Amino acid sequence: MSRGGLGMNEANSVEKIEIEVKNIVEKYNSNKSFLVPILQDVQSKLNYLPKEALDALSFHLSIPVSRIYEVATFYKAFSLEPRGRHQLSLCMGTACYVRGAALIESNIERVLGIKAGETTPDLEFSFETVNCLGACALGPILVVDGEYHGQMNVSKTNKLFKKLGKDVETDED
Amino acid sequence: MKIKSTEEFKALQTQISNSRDPEKPCITVCAGTGCIAYGADKLVDKFKAEIEEAGLQEKIDIRSTGCHGFCEQGPVVVIHPKKIFYRRVGLDDAAEVIQKTVLNGEVLDRLLYADPISGEKITYEDDVPFYKKQMRLVFGMNGNIDPTSLEDYLAIGGYGALAKALDGMKPEGVIEEVKKANLRGRGGGGFPAGWKWDSTRNAEGTPKYVICNADEGDPGAYMDRSLLEGNPHSVLEGMIIGAYAIGSNQGYIYVRNEYPLAVKNVSIAIEKGRDLGLLGDNILGSGFSFDITIIRGGGAFVCGESSALFASIEGRVGEPRAKYIHGTDKGLYDKPTNLNNVETWANVPLIINKGADWYQSIGTENSKGTKIFSLVGKINNTGLVEIPMGMTLREVIEDIGGGILKGRKFKAVQTGGPSGGCIPEEFLDMKIDFDELTEIGSMMGSGGMIVMDDRTCMVDVARYFLKFLEGESCGKCVPCREGVRRMREILDDICEGRGREGDVELLESMSQGVIDGALCALGSTASNPVMSTIKYFRNEYDAHIRDKKCPAGVCKELIRYTIDAEKCTGCRACARVCPAECISGEKKQPHVIDQERCVKCGSCLDTCKFDAVLVE
Repeated sequence: MSRGGLGMNEANSVEKIEIEVKNIVEKYNSNKSFLVPILQDVQSKLNYLPKEALDALSFHLSIPVSRIYEVATFYKAFSLEPRGRHQLSLCMGTACYVRGAALIESNIERVLGIKAGETTPDLEFSFETVNCLGACALGPILVVDGEYHGQMNVSKTNKLFKKLGKDVETDED
Repeated sequence: MKIKSTEEFKALQTQISNSRDPEKPCITVCAGTGCIAYGADKLVDKFKAEIEEAGLQEKIDIRSTGCHGFCEQGPVVVIHPKKIFYRRVGLDDAAEVIQKTVLNGEVLDRLLYADPISGEKITYEDDVPFYKKQMRLVFGMNGNIDPTSLEDYLAIGGYGALAKALDGMKPEGVIEEVKKANLRGRGGGGFPAGWKWDSTRNAEGTPKYVICNADEGDPGAYMDRSLLEGNPHSVLEGMIIGAYAIGSNQGYIYVRNEYPLAVKNVSIAIEKGRDLGLLGDNILGSGFSFDITIIRGGGAFVCGESSALFASIEGRVGEPRAKYIHGTDKGLYDKPTNLNNVETWANVPLIINKGADWYQSIGTENSKGTKIFSLVGKINNTGLVEIPMGMTLREVIEDIGGGILKGRKFKAVQTGGPSGGCIPEEFLDMKIDFDELTEIGSMMGSGGMIVMDDRTCMVDVARYFLKFLEGESCGKCVPCREGVRRMREILDDICEGRGREGDVELLESMSQGVIDGALCALGSTASNPVMSTIKYFRNEYDAHIRDKKCPAGVCKELIRYTIDAEKCTGCRACARVCPAECISGEKKQPHVIDQERCVKCGSCLDTCKFDAVLVE
C-alpha cells in the first residue's frame, strides 16, 4: 500500500478534497448507510481525513458533521491527522504478544521518539499497533508499507530501520 | 452465461468433472497470507515460467490455492496426483521440482518435512502428523482449488448442495435438516443455527436479511480469514442456502478491512456467482432471488457483536444495544436478521449434501461436526487445524501441534479470545466441545488456541487481554468502560511491582461487578481471562505481589538480565545490538551488563547463541 509522496498537507488542496469527496459519495449513490466505506475510500485517496473532507461529506450526505466526526473517531481505521510516508504496523495479537511483540514495540517507540498511534514530526514514519493480522505463524509480525516481515525481533527491526534511512545500531556494524 | 435450471447446472458440473484428468500432474502452491509473506506468489510465477520454458503447459497444471493450514512451513507445495508434500520451497527449487519430481517421480529429500520428534522424513501430505489426525471436512478443499476459479469449485462438486436444496427441498425442510444436524454457531456462543434460522423465518416483517460475520477480531485467530480467502464459494453457497430457507433476498458479508485478500477473493467469487446465475434474480430458474453485498469493517472489535455489527452496516458507530429483542426479530434496519459466522455458513453445504444423519455421527453428544482452530503461540506446528469435536486438547497440542517450541514446558492454553480463559495442564485430557470448555471457565469462542510455555507470565497475559478490551470497549456502558480500565490498572500495579495484599480479592469482586453489569458480551466476558488465571495460577499473582518477582521472567520491572560468565565466549554480539550500550567486556572475555543503564529490551537474549544471557 504505497502512498507515494502523498501525506503532505499541501498535496490536498481544498478544491481537490471537494472533488474527491463528491466523486466518492456519488459512487455510493449518496447513500448515508455507506458512511464507513465512504470514509475508507476518502482516507485511501487523501491519506487521512482532513477537516475539510468531513465538512464536504456532511454537505453531500446531509449528515451533521458531529455525527461524521463521531464515526470517524470511533473506528480505529480512521486518522484525522496526516500519516507518515512510511507506515509501520506492529501486530499485537496474542500469538505475537507471547512471542515478544511488546519488546519490539518499545524499541520502535524509542527509535522513532513517538508513541504507537503517532506520526513523526517530519511526516516520515507513522507507527501503530494492530490487534491481529491473522498470520500468527510468522509472529511477531511487523508490516512496513504493506510488506509483511515475520519472526521479528529487536535487532531485525533495527536492520529494517537502517534500510529506511534511520540511523540505528545493528549487529552488522 | 446464466444457468437457467438445476438440470442445466448438473450437466455443466458433470461436463467440468469429466474434462478433468485426476491423474494429470498438478503443482499446487499455497497462496494463503502466511505463505505469500514467505514469497509464495513469486514462487508461482517462477513455476509458470519454468513450465512454459520447458514447453510443458499441456502436461503439467499449476495452481495457486487457498491456505493449506500448515503456515509454519511455508511456502507449502503439494504435487498431485500423489500429493507429495514439499515445504519451505524456494525459487531455486522450482526447476528441479518440475524436472525430477513431476516428470521423473523422484522425491527431493531436502524439501521434505521431517518429524520434529523422530526426525523421520515424510513424503506424502496425508502422512504428515500435522494432517494425519485432522478431519478436514470444511477446510480441506482449500488446498485443491484456486479460490478465484468458480470452475475449480464446481469441479469438486461445489454448489451441488444449493442445486439439491432448490431442486427438491422446501425451505422448511432445509431448516429441519440443519436443526437435526445440530449445527451450532462457530463464532463464539454456540447457539443452534437451525433454531436461529427458524426464528428469522417466522418473524414478522420484510425484507429479511442474512449476514455473514467475518469481523474476526479475536487476536490469534484467523480461520475465518483463511476460509474466505481459500474457499469463498463454500461460504457463499451456505449463505444462499440459508437465505432460501429463511426467505431472504439480501445478504451482507461484514469483513475486516485488515483482510485485503479475503475482500478481494470474496468480491471475485460474488461476481462470478452472479455471472453464472448462482446469485441474483431467479437463481437456477427456481424463482428464488438473492444477492450479497460486501461491507468492510472499520476496525472495531465490538462490531463482532451482532447489534453493534448491524449499527455499523447502517453507517453508525458500532455500539451494541441491550438485547431484550433478538436480532432475529429486529436486527438490521429493525428487520428480521439472521447472523452467522463464516465457518458456520461453510458447514451448511456439507450438511445438505451428506445429510444430517451423517453430520450427527461426528462429534460429541451436544457438539456435532468439526471445528477449525488456529493453533498458535509457543507451539512447533503453528497453523490451522480442523478436528472432530471431542478430540482432547493434548492430542491437538502434542500430536498435531508437535509440542512446545524449543522443547520448553507447557504452561497453559488460551481459548476463546479475550472472552475466554487459560486452561492449565491438568485439563489437557479434556474433550474439546462447547460445553466442556465453558465448564472449566473458558469457552470455544471462534477458535483461537494460543499455547503458552513457562516463559509466559499469566498475570501479564491477563493484563494483555484487559488492555485489549479496554481499548475496544465502545464506552456506552459504565461497568465495561470503567470497570475494565480499573482492573487493568490494578494488574499494571501488580506487574510493575506495586501490587498489594488484597489486590487479587479486589480483582475478583470487580470481575463479578462487570459480569453482572455490562450491556453486551464484550464486557460480560471481559473478566474471564482474569478469573481463570487467578483460579489456576494464583501462585504467580502471589509471587508478583509478595516477592516482587515474575517467575516467567517477563514483567520488566521485576526482572534483570545478567550474563553467565561460564557460558559467555566474549563474541561481542550482544554488546553490538544493545541499544543502551550498557554491555561491556574485552573480546573473548566474559561480558557484563550495567544494570543501571539496562532498558530491558531483551536484544541480548535474542542475539546470544550460547544461552549465556540469563533472566532472573
